[in-house]
Amino acid sequence: METGTAPQPDSTEPDRTKPDVPLGDYLTVRVSRGKGPENRYEEFQVPRRENQTVLDIVTWIQRNADPALSYRFACRVGVCGSCAMTVNGKPRWTCRTHVSKVIGKERSLTIEPLRNLPRIKDLAADMSAFFEKWQQAGGRFAGKTDRTGPLARIDPESPGRKAVDAGIECINCAVCYSACDVVTWDEDYLGPAALNRAWTLVNDERHAEKRETMKKVSAAGGCHSCHSHGSCVEHCPIGLNPTAGIAGLKRRSVLQTFRLSGEK
Amino acid sequence: MTEAALYAAQRVTAMILAPLVLIHLGLILYAVSDGLTADEILSRTRGNMAWAAFYGLFVLSAAVHAPLGLRNILREWLGLRGRMVDCVLVLFAALLAGLGLRAVLAVI
Repeated sequence: METGTAPQPDSTEPDRTKPDVPLGDYLTVRVSRGKGPENRYEEFQVPRRENQTVLDIVTWIQRNADPALSYRFACRVGVCGSCAMTVNGKPRWTCRTHVSKVIGKERSLTIEPLRNLPRIKDLAADMSAFFEKWQQAGGRFAGKTDRTGPLARIDPESPGRKAVDAGIECINCAVCYSACDVVTWDEDYLGPAALNRAWTLVNDERHAEKRETMKKVSAAGGCHSCHSHGSCVEHCPIGLNPTAGIAGLKRRSVLQTFRLSGEK
Repeated sequence: MTEAALYAAQRVTAMILAPLVLIHLGLILYAVSDGLTADEILSRTRGNMAWAAFYGLFVLSAAVHAPLGLRNILREWLGLRGRMVDCVLVLFAALLAGLGLRAVLAVI
């Protein structure tokens, strides 16, 4: 299993010691617009700058071309997970996706809301189902003690803790959920992020409801629906490996079903 | 049965079927010399209990494996799910097992 790492900037990230200067040319940007299921594309000519993210592009359009453009963002530094959109057909965190990395030879940009989630308006997707599935997957931590109890002593080198460390940096951006074909095919499928969360919980020594969490991820639409395509791994901006966590859930679920595991 | 048990059943039968299919293909190449007919094959396999046991395991594994795969396809591609679909697939499994075991009985 891959180890979780801190957010990595794009490899083509420009030299920040240079001033962020306009390049003197313009980029043609197609933006998906509409409320709910309606969809139309509008083109904007956006000034190119040397140091420019996709979120910068969207923000420029909203502030200079069309104030009615709806989109979602908060931190702008890859922590909050709220600015994910579909950029040239792939789900990405727009605040840390540099334009130079994604425009290609055609020098064009098409920006759409995240796939697999209903659109609210323009680039803002309704994340309700995504977060509800975290709950359906038993993603709520249940402690074995209260705040007056002693601190749990966890060996950082234990296999369980290493498994938790590998999956715990998820920023809930829904990029994996958008990239997953099984989510598209099966509306009941919990999705990579929720299952990855469950995997970190069932490996957490402090979690008091491991059996309940395993029961929820082993039901219809749970871990056994995953086809191991690996799209979640391919697109996760943090570099997590939900497919490996889901494989761990499958293994544990089968062992528990046939009572081959001593885990509780 | 739970989803985990069904998942395990499909994987275990896939592991069983993988070598059996290769041997099955090899047998076809060996047994067929003048067209693919039941008489042609049975003339070389009848009375051999090892082949009967081989194909008995083959048929039972296929009867479990195929309906489970079909269940996933119906669920993901056509959105069909629920107890009615599962009941139809149990009948499909019984049909596969019945037809296959009938052929195995002819070997004995």
